Amino acid sequence: MSKLFTISPSPHVHSGDSVNKIMYGVILALVPAFIWSVVMFGLDSVRVTLIAVAACVVFELLIQKFILKVKPQIADGSAALTGVLLAFNVPASVPSWMLIVGALVSIGIAKMPFGGLGNNPFNPALVGRVFMLISFPVQMTSWPVAGSFGVDAVTTATPLAILKEGVKNGQPVIEIFKNLPTNMDLLIGNMAGSLGEISALALIIGGLFMLVRKIITWHIPVSVMLSAAIFSGIFWLIDPAKFADPIFHLITGGLILGAFFMATDMVTSPMNPKAQIIFGAGIGILTILIRLWGAYPEGISFAILIMNAMVPLLNRYVKPKRFGEVNIQSTKG
Amino acid sequence: MLKSFKIGGVHPAENKLSASKAIEVLALPKTVFIPVGQHIGAPAEVVVKKGDKLLVGQLIAKTSGFVSANIHSSVSGTVKKVETGPDTSGYQKMGVYIDVEDDLWDEQIDRNNEIKSAITLDSAAILAKIQEAGIVGLGGATFPTHVKLIPPKGMKAEVLLINGVECEPYLTSDHRLMLEHGEELIIGIRLLMKAMNVNRAAIGIENNKPDAISEMIKLAYRHTNISVVPLRVKYPQGGEKQLIKAVTGREVPSGALPISVGAVVTNIATTFAVYEAVQKNKPLFERVVTVTGKSVKNPSNYKVRIGTTISELIEAAGGLPENCGKIINGGPMMGKAFANTEIPVTKGTSGILMMPEKESKRGETMPCIRCSRCVSVCPMGLEPYLLMTLSEKQIWESAENEKIMDCIECGSCSYTCPANRPLLDYIRLGKGKVGALMRSRKP
Amino acid sequence: MTTIILYTVLTLSIIGVLSAIVLYFVAQKFKVYEDPRIDQVETALPGANCGGCGFAGCRAFAEACVNKGELTDLFCPVGGNDCMSGVANILGIEAEKKDPRVAVVRCNGTCEHRPKTNFFDGPVSCAIAASLYSGDTGCQYGCLGCGDCVVACDFDAIYMNQVTGLPEVDDEKCVACGACVKACPKTLIELRKKGPKDRKIYVACRNQDKGGVARKSCAVACIGCSKCEKECKYDAITIANNLAFIDADKCKLCRKCAPVCPTNAIIELNFPPRKVVLTEQPVSAPEKPIEVPVSAEPKSSAI
Ligand code: SF4
Ligand code: SF4
Ligand code: SF4
Ligand code: SF4
Repeated sequence: MSKLFTISPSPHVHSGDSVNKIMYGVILALVPAFIWSVVMFGLDSVRVTLIAVAACVVFELLIQKFILKVKPQIADGSAALTGVLLAFNVPASVPSWMLIVGALVSIGIAKMPFGGLGNNPFNPALVGRVFMLISFPVQMTSWPVAGSFGVDAVTTATPLAILKEGVKNGQPVIEIFKNLPTNMDLLIGNMAGSLGEISALALIIGGLFMLVRKIITWHIPVSVMLSAAIFSGIFWLIDPAKFADPIFHLITGGLILGAFFMATDMVTSPMNPKAQIIFGAGIGILTILIRLWGAYPEGISFAILIMNAMVPLLNRYVKPKRFGEVNIQSTKG
Repeated sequence: MLKSFKIGGVHPAENKLSASKAIEVLALPKTVFIPVGQHIGAPAEVVVKKGDKLLVGQLIAKTSGFVSANIHSSVSGTVKKVETGPDTSGYQKMGVYIDVEDDLWDEQIDRNNEIKSAITLDSAAILAKIQEAGIVGLGGATFPTHVKLIPPKGMKAEVLLINGVECEPYLTSDHRLMLEHGEELIIGIRLLMKAMNVNRAAIGIENNKPDAISEMIKLAYRHTNISVVPLRVKYPQGGEKQLIKAVTGREVPSGALPISVGAVVTNIATTFAVYEAVQKNKPLFERVVTVTGKSVKNPSNYKVRIGTTISELIEAAGGLPENCGKIINGGPMMGKAFANTEIPVTKGTSGILMMPEKESKRGETMPCIRCSRCVSVCPMGLEPYLLMTLSEKQIWESAENEKIMDCIECGSCSYTCPANRPLLDYIRLGKGKVGALMRSRKP
Repeated sequence: MTTIILYTVLTLSIIGVLSAIVLYFVAQKFKVYEDPRIDQVETALPGANCGGCGFAGCRAFAEACVNKGELTDLFCPVGGNDCMSGVANILGIEAEKKDPRVAVVRCNGTCEHRPKTNFFDGPVSCAIAASLYSGDTGCQYGCLGCGDCVVACDFDAIYMNQVTGLPEVDDEKCVACGACVKACPKTLIELRKKGPKDRKIYVACRNQDKGGVARKSCAVACIGCSKCEKECKYDAITIANNLAFIDADKCKLCRKCAPVCPTNAIIELNFPPRKVVLTEQPVSAPEKPIEVPVSAEPKSSAI
């Protein structure tokens, strides 16, 4: 017996889950949507995704190595995931340098200054995206026509933008809808929009994969979609001539992408189911509010960022149900 | 859907390698070291001295307070010395070394194999026997059983729950006891019911032991007030509060004892010890230990005399595997690591688990990614990530408000954390500190 | 346009004035009388807020000084005698002089002297390690080497020696605040009187096992043989629980005890080298080959 036995506190077994597995699991879940984007936008979407991922990873590596002087942790996959999500939230035609700026903001401003993985209050990909949207509004809202395979200059508007424009001009919704793709097209993703958000179907497949693999729980996506549907449904019922129907709201724009992939970002979402449902509901309602009355046609990014800001508050005041809590109150009261 | 507790829970790989192995009696050791502090509470006082001749079952240390337990010799022979020796954590603790000679039992003990089912004693006499025999909770907690059976003033036990859950992976000693000594267990249950004067008992057994469930149902059939409750497999169902919730639906209030909802829980091995003590006059000096591990040649269940060094058990099960990196006292979720193999089996040793080198090291700790998995698996509805941070930063007041003392140390949080954070380690530390703080506040 | 500006300015000024008045009255009403000397005392203190005095911070200590009106039992280890006499001046009283003290780590169980018996795989925290087991060596009294004391020190005065795996105190920086003493779960650290030229002699061991057991686990353990006790002319050494202790207040730093220790458990620091004895008594070589503790042999001594 010439052996040093290990001693460590219990438990002595582990589920085998790891940060890497989670991060790469999410990336895997995004593959269907990526494939669809290649079908729609051609090699441009490959370019955008690769550049965003590379830029995010390199920035994180550089910051960890030279500024923070810590052991680089890029293998955990979180920077790569931020890159993919950033790419999924921009038009396929966006210039590469702009993307690199966006990645710098994501990693260099939204993530690392707060302490890196696990400490950033806002979803880094969204911060980068919103930064790009505000700084380069033209490029960020010129959508290449789907299927045009990188032919420059042919741009179109997203369904939500068409809707917003139409409503602004006083057209009734039914009229506007004539210019819009059918629900089937919207579901499959035959429309203009950001690289990864267009196909609701592909995203839902990815989302289900994550649910099955227990990477995420149902609370956030379901509450986002349900609240968005209910909230937009109320207005649709009040005045179908002025407001679009809930199905349309669900499958256009980035709602599905946001619900399954952006809002569920672990670092920036609340820590227990109750709080997660409140968080999701807030996102759904805010998104619809912005879509209906805001200056931008799409509001999911802003809605998520606003709710991100509420997370510390939710964590503090919405506590999970404690074992034995009810009884205490009943015996006291 | 079968019953289970509601909040949290995990499902670690079961690995019940020795479930089909009948209980074997381990050969007598040459010497034993019997520590006198094998239970929660004050260590017992040694009543023998060097050179004394002992019989099996003879008292060697007697209780030194209400929360304490008698210790009996597990072998016959001569007291070699009364000195400190290593206990399970590696600390030196007082105990009695005995050189084994023969196997002469105290005449009081009924060594007849016949099952004695007639209950002749009254409640007080049963309790006295249990206390006399030095019985403690054999599931690992080692809380003196007689203390548990006497409810504090103003409280009344209504139901006796028998913990046949054995939710820890690898362990099978309770499972085997149920299969091989079911009848004795039923008598033990009846004795406990009589001692506490309750008229209802339920045996909770997890669904991964269908043979034990059907065996116990068959035996309990004749007793209308003893029921068998099959439970969905979920860790930590063997936790007292979780078991009560799963079987009766009652929730023990935060900070209160199970008796506050009228329940008393004992485990299978303890119940068996109660049977032997009361009906056979046999003090607690041997127990069933599962010796197991993935690379162990012959994972088995042994009936062992207390005080036998674990190396003898390991030898019996085929020797220490080449690749063993860690030896655990109990199951992998709540057991403590043994420092070496020269440590004696005590009343609380339910299993000896040898982990391969590969599985004995923890993964690299990463920053918390706030995935909230720890929150969702915590059976007590706590927020382990927060409790860990509070303990690490030594903010004890907040930790107390966040109910750190409710933690049952089940380890579900550390088990689940994808970032491999040592959640429970810090929570345990915090519990110690907060507990001391709370005690210091009381006059 | 100008009227708008005018109105805005006017309204704002009025609001400002009104709030000022309200605030003034509120401040008057809730004013608490505070002894001005508290502030003065606080300024005289080092402001390290280390808690070495036993109070929650420098301000709390200042309050205690002023309220008590005398300085017995009140001492700021960081500021030392100079600082305390300053405080005494403010309060118009005399300050007691106290000997400056310094932290010493009473364990010399380096990897070489005290072979490892286990591998600890848990959080780097002495408190957690101590609650779990007796340590990753045969000695259950010795340093665990996770550096809780280092973390506790606000003054960077204690650091881990990577070679020995033991903490070392920087006498220059240590202000004897006692934070490390509280942090150490094995109570290895003691605040000792600072000798002339920082010289000190102490028993670097807390092992209370009987000689044989102690020696088995660590080559430089105190075995309680009481040779040093007999050697000391000033009754500075006492033996209890198989362990010698040198009382710094009685010790005259004569250096007689160190050479008689069979296990070299007595450490002398900052003395000029010994002339003759040194060759015969190498400072820390084990006399006997290290015996293997109960069950496990070391794979290599430097883990
Ligand atoms: S160890 Fe404590 S905090 Fe962790 S899951 Fe179990 S009860 Fe909850
Ligand atoms: S399981 Fe681990 S990573 Fe997830 S929230 Fe809890 S501590 Fe953080
Ligand atoms: S070494 Fe200890 S006593 Fe000295 S300053 Fe640091 S914490 Fe205080
Ligand atoms: S001296 Fe104490 S606190 Fe410091 S490392 Fe050693 S055991 Fe830990």
